[in-house]
Amino acid sequence: MADSKRVVVVAVVLVTAIVLGLILIRILGGSGADPDETAGKRAVTLLNVSYDPTRELYQEFNPAFARYWKAKTGQDVVIEQSHGGAGKQARAVIDGLKADVVTLALAYDIDAIARQGGLLAADWQSRLPENSAPYTSTIVFLVRKDNPKSIRDWDDLVKPGVEVITPNPKTSGGARWNYLAAWAFALKKELGDLKALHHPAQAAQVEQAQARAREFVAELHKHVPVLDSGARGSTNTFAQRGIGDVLLAWENEAFLAVNELGPDKFDIVVPSISILAEPPVAVIDKVVEKKGTREVAEEYLKYLYSPEGQRIVARHYYRPAYPQHADPADLERFPDVERVRIDEVFGGWRKAQETHFNDGGVFDQIYQVSK
Amino acid sequence: MAGTIAFRTGSASSGAAGRPAITEPAPVRWALIGVSLSFLGLFLLIPLAGVFVEAFRKGAGAFFAALRDPAALAAVKLTLLVAAIAVPVNCVFGLAASWAIAKFNFVGKNLLITLIDLPFAVSPVISGLIYILVYGLHGWLGPFLSAHDIEIIFAVPGIVLATLFVTFPFVAREVIPLMQVQGNDDEEAAITLGAGGLQTFFRVTLPNVKWAVLYGVILCNARAMGEFGAVSVVSGHIRGKTSTMPLHVEILYNEYNFVAAFAVASLLALLALATLALKSFVEWRSRRPFAEAPDAAVLEDLSHEH
Amino acid sequence: MRLRIKQPSVLPGFGLTLGFTLLYLSAIVLIPLAALFLKSAGMGWSSFWATVTSPRVVAAYKLSFGAAAIGALINAVFGFVVAWSLVRYSFPGKRIVDAMVDLPFALPTAVSGIALTTLYSRNGWIGQYLEPLGIQAAFSPLGVTIALTFIGLPFVVRTLQPALEDLDPDMEEAAASLGASRWRTLRRVILPTVLPSLLTGFALAFARALGEYGSVVFISGNMPMRTEIAPLLIVAKLEQYDYAGATAIAVVMLLISFAILLAINVIQWVASRHRIGG
Repeated sequence: MADSKRVVVVAVVLVTAIVLGLILIRILGGSGADPDETAGKRAVTLLNVSYDPTRELYQEFNPAFARYWKAKTGQDVVIEQSHGGAGKQARAVIDGLKADVVTLALAYDIDAIARQGGLLAADWQSRLPENSAPYTSTIVFLVRKDNPKSIRDWDDLVKPGVEVITPNPKTSGGARWNYLAAWAFALKKELGDLKALHHPAQAAQVEQAQARAREFVAELHKHVPVLDSGARGSTNTFAQRGIGDVLLAWENEAFLAVNELGPDKFDIVVPSISILAEPPVAVIDKVVEKKGTREVAEEYLKYLYSPEGQRIVARHYYRPAYPQHADPADLERFPDVERVRIDEVFGGWRKAQETHFNDGGVFDQIYQVSK
Repeated sequence: MAGTIAFRTGSASSGAAGRPAITEPAPVRWALIGVSLSFLGLFLLIPLAGVFVEAFRKGAGAFFAALRDPAALAAVKLTLLVAAIAVPVNCVFGLAASWAIAKFNFVGKNLLITLIDLPFAVSPVISGLIYILVYGLHGWLGPFLSAHDIEIIFAVPGIVLATLFVTFPFVAREVIPLMQVQGNDDEEAAITLGAGGLQTFFRVTLPNVKWAVLYGVILCNARAMGEFGAVSVVSGHIRGKTSTMPLHVEILYNEYNFVAAFAVASLLALLALATLALKSFVEWRSRRPFAEAPDAAVLEDLSHEH
Repeated sequence: MRLRIKQPSVLPGFGLTLGFTLLYLSAIVLIPLAALFLKSAGMGWSSFWATVTSPRVVAAYKLSFGAAAIGALINAVFGFVVAWSLVRYSFPGKRIVDAMVDLPFALPTAVSGIALTTLYSRNGWIGQYLEPLGIQAAFSPLGVTIALTFIGLPFVVRTLQPALEDLDPDMEEAAASLGASRWRTLRRVILPTVLPSLLTGFALAFARALGEYGSVVFISGNMPMRTEIAPLLIVAKLEQYDYAGATAIAVVMLLISFAILLAINVIQWVASRHRIGG
């Protein structure tokens, strides 16, 4: 009796130990050894945590950088990619996703990593040229072929019967650019010149214009039948499900949708005014220090500014910071459009986020009033 | 007896054997069957067919090319690995819990059963969130784990933990009711005849409940392979590294790669169908009366050994 | 000490198995859930209350509850018909149909979400026929209900099947010989007998639907105040780095889930006592 009881104990303990051991091996193995050790120098692995619309860009850029790094140092570099909504990705990094570099949609998201996580210095944006934005973009309209609802500018979005597709600004960085671009348009229309925002003498006028802008954005959202959680979800809703007359999209997303999903189905419309979107990049200090990958991570981001990097960027419909390096044919695709800066019109991302998108902000108020 | 919800089958075959003398007139019967079939068709069959039609939209070549993609293969491997860890662990737990709960009477038993059921009713989003609160960089164990370079969240262990959570009750909830129904007589007889605890468990209890265990394992496995919400929160979505098959479907879908997305989805659907087939087989086997039950001979055999 | 809380038994292994059960339960379920409660406790009662009663959150609860309840109700009705057909009648392909009932359980939620959206959106197989009728299925509360009905179906059918099989045919025969119509027999004899199982199945489908995320986000359209479900709000709060707010909503949902499970246990306890007593 006593014997067999002991056997039961041993058996159960053994099974549990084996299983827990297996997990432990994965834990330790997962962090230590790289899967891609090569004969020569030890391969290095970088993790680039990015937002949705850069998938195709980094699919081409990563091998290019790996070739460059191999030629320069003889070391193999494997770059892993993680994509998702910008807010979600930033939160994952804060919670411990070991990103060597982040390439996100908004400075606000990287600020959050610095502020909430303390994973990089607060002055990260001044470390790389051009506000740490090796490429810029803007917001354009994607409409059905031949523009049946004749949508030319932001005003046309609130015409009766027009359905607008844009993601949810609460969960999507792209949607926040869309929203702010619409707001900027309304301000400009009221004030004539956005410089008035900074004239103390015109404070009363500005206040009135802000109220009108709010009405315009509220009206615009009444024309939105679906708020997907991310930019890619909206593109799918518009292109695959056939919902809506116009999609507010990143310029590169719009080009990509036209190419991937059918040049005969969609047209791109450029509004009179849009926003200067500067998707920033940064090295996550805490992670690279721990992993010892600072050198290669910094080089990776710098390579985005190199002639080759800029060429790839332009090929994927991002506007290069240094257009002189890009293929002129690629540059020709970018239409001229007045692009306003967040800092000038909205006083920076942090303020814009607090005023418009945080809980209880303008976006919430718009929806609570209208229902 | 209150407690575990027996989410178990009882399907067809026995009904046919003991069909009640009274039934409805034929038109009513066929109307009801018709309603059942159209309801199931509308809600189950058409979505399933949709997955396969989309997967083969560009032909079989594109379908198989999508499945040979290294990232897809990595996702398949990870999914299998996670299931291979989660299922045995929860199986051992399920057996231990059933033994304690079904064979003994103790204070707080109903509360324990409700707690075991709890993960079933918890939103998958919450299941992921709680592990971030514990193991995340700013969670309870975060600083310790970070100092010792142990990765849990956004790595395989986190995915395993989230999967363990969502598949937690399945084996236990299948086995407990059956063990309760069967009572302690066989085991008590075996022990009285001098058999050891381990012997009793493996030669008397386990054969009695083995189909319930297998059934629980199948349910557990189906859920382990298909979980999306909870795993999505803790995975980090690193392509080819921490993406399970359901997550990979989402990634492909977001890359406008619909054929590939539905190809991987159809693979998951095939796994689901295989699971269902296996489950039907288990039900069919378990219904063969007393085929495997320990009888007097086994007990006698046990008593001889001692 | 142990002997006092447990009735004596000749069987071995109580301490070991119960110990292991409690240890494992704590490690996987209880401690992580405790983290949730502690995190939300950190925000203070008043801001907790403000978070969980803000209009957007309340609207999401309403949708989650409403759609889950309607879905569970549809499942209770049609699930009963399906279970009845499977238990009582024989028809070609019955075994396959029986196996198919578990499909929503086995199919990953993301896959079912994408598949359902493809079908029910404006240009989908089913959606294109609903559109002319003025019915918008995808991206509306109806779409949420469809998804929640889909995932809840197996629970009703699977809890009803054993109960219907256990029905005593003599009772029905007795009712018939006393002159009761079939419909009356169904209402007065059969339904009351299987009611506990029906309620359990309903509650299970309801509990599962309440927390569902993967399949719903694709089909719901995520419109604030209109088609946002409660789990999506948790995710949205997290995207704003509002952990406390996210855990507050999570705690409310968790308490509701726990209450539903307790209710199921009470139903079953009452039912089993009823059976023994009467």
